[in-house]
Amino acid sequence: MESKEEIRQSVRNREDSMEENKLQNFIEKIIENIFFISACMAIISVAVISVFIFYKGGPAIFQIGVKEFLTGTTWQPLGDYFGILPMIIGSIYATIGAIIIGVPIGILTAVFIAELAPEWIQNIVRPSVELLAGIPSVVYGFFGLLVFVPFIADTLGGAGNSLLAASVILGIMILPTVINISVTSLNSVPKEYKEGSLAMGASHIQTIFKVMIPAAKSGILAAVILGIGRAIGETMAVILVAGNTPLIPDSLTDPIRTMTANIALEMGYAYGLHQEALFATGVILFIFIMILNIMLNLFTNKAGE
Amino acid sequence: MNKTKLSVKNLNLFYGDFQALKNIDLEVESNKITALIGPSGCGKSTFLKTLNRMNDLVENVKIEGKVTLDGEDVYNNIDVIKLRKRVGMVFQKPNPFPMSIYDNVAYGPRAHGIKRKSKLDEIVETSLKQAAIWDEVKDRLNQNALGLSGGQQQRLCIARALAVNPEVLLMDEPTSALDPIATQKIEELTEELKEKYTIVIVTHSMQQAGRISDNTAFFLLGEVIEFSETAKIFSNPEDKRTEDYITGRFG
Ligand SMILES: Nc1ncnc2c1ncn2[C@@H]1O[C@H](COP(=O)(O)OP(=O)(O)OP(=O)(O)O)[C@@H](O)[C@H]1O
Ligand SMILES: [Mg+2]
Repeated sequence: MESKEEIRQSVRNREDSMEENKLQNFIEKIIENIFFISACMAIISVAVISVFIFYKGGPAIFQIGVKEFLTGTTWQPLGDYFGILPMIIGSIYATIGAIIIGVPIGILTAVFIAELAPEWIQNIVRPSVELLAGIPSVVYGFFGLLVFVPFIADTLGGAGNSLLAASVILGIMILPTVINISVTSLNSVPKEYKEGSLAMGASHIQTIFKVMIPAAKSGILAAVILGIGRAIGETMAVILVAGNTPLIPDSLTDPIRTMTANIALEMGYAYGLHQEALFATGVILFIFIMILNIMLNLFTNKAGE
Repeated sequence: MNKTKLSVKNLNLFYGDFQALKNIDLEVESNKITALIGPSGCGKSTFLKTLNRMNDLVENVKIEGKVTLDGEDVYNNIDVIKLRKRVGMVFQKPNPFPMSIYDNVAYGPRAHGIKRKSKLDEIVETSLKQAAIWDEVKDRLNQNALGLSGGQQQRLCIARALAVNPEVLLMDEPTSALDPIATQKIEELTEELKEKYTIVIVTHSMQQAGRISDNTAFFLLGEVIEFSETAKIFSNPEDKRTEDYITGRFG
């Protein structure tokens, strides 16, 4: 009698737990779907933005003429001149300048953090770098406007708003990206390489430059490419220090206008073909960024091998 | 008489509060193979690394006692770089650099200032020949070393260590990752190398120690329990614990 009751009890228990399992499965499904939908958001956003930019900007490129648009050196919306070559060159020069300034400093800083600095100095440098990454770009621009622009005007002449000022500010702005990713890739170099080199009587510095940096090469290249992406896309800081004249610069002290600045400065009041030409500038910028991303994927895939 | 190459007196080593080596006394003879045996964690690798100061890389390590190389104090007034050039090391896991076979071998000589291509070519060839791997790689010196098999990688690492022309070669379980054939190749190699070099080798294989070494030290919990000629240690050990270990009763 009693045992029958027990069996019945246990069957009931089992049914209860199956009930629970079902509920749990259901919840799992819902959570999975939430993840999936979140992932879709990112993809949909990219897709919508791409379609929108190409839809708004694409036709203008053909209306203006591909050659006219890409190689024209005059940007005069009122006179219907829409040549963005000065802006393309402005963006490229400023980015190259940023790389020349930011990449060596960034890599050396990364080596210092990853290999040379004693603990207590690391504890100062690393948070400073984090902080550098967190400063809003308008503040960089403001700082550049107050410090670099007058300094350049005083020492090198000209108005100070210039390619040089933009390069310096962008060079500083890409530092956190270059440093953090380079540190990560240096830290992930197998310690066996380092030991092997030191055990042969190579010095620490030789070990760093001959073994560790080459072994971390693809990570460091990825850091540089992400830095380039940051520099080419930067808008606010550049607007404040670059002078924004839509002309091809002849020297470091000449003003430049970047593609991003072109869009941001004129979008507020543009309409008609002018507005579309700004979207078209966005298309070109978008293509630049896409090429960078493809390069990045190539490098990081190679790193994974 | 046999010449002492490395002499260790009263060596104590601490990792923080943990004492990994206790009162070690040991003499490594020139042009002999000295084997270090003992159960895992007894301090063999730690001891080996005190000989070329690779323990300097470890934080919070404290070393007392005296290690001399040809009478010269290794922990006092010595250029660590010169020391490591004289006392080369081969690691347990083959660790070739991710660069070409040629560059791996030329790495050490380059680091020590040799730039002439013809000189480097010559060093690379003789080192690879000494390490018995020349015939296998001579046609692909420019290929990445990571493409070699494990046994080839280990012989490449030996060649790399030989390329800086050391006097002593420290080997930390150089064959533990290798198959029997590759192991045999490396064992034969050590026999040849001892003509020119003094070798200290850590091994987990009693047979290996018996086959190749002249002297054997038995380590247990950071102490050297017994150190004498290999033949004696294997046939007639003085300490009960040595005998137990050798006969496989523990370890
Ligand atoms: N860097 C370190 N920091 C702290 N303790 C360490 C360190 N390296 C080794 N030890 C400790 O020192 C002791 C000896 O280690 P060691 O690597 O020398 O042993 P081993 O005899 O080589 O062992 P195995 O045969 O497994 O390689 C072990 O207890 C180990 O945990
Ligand atoms: Mg060991």
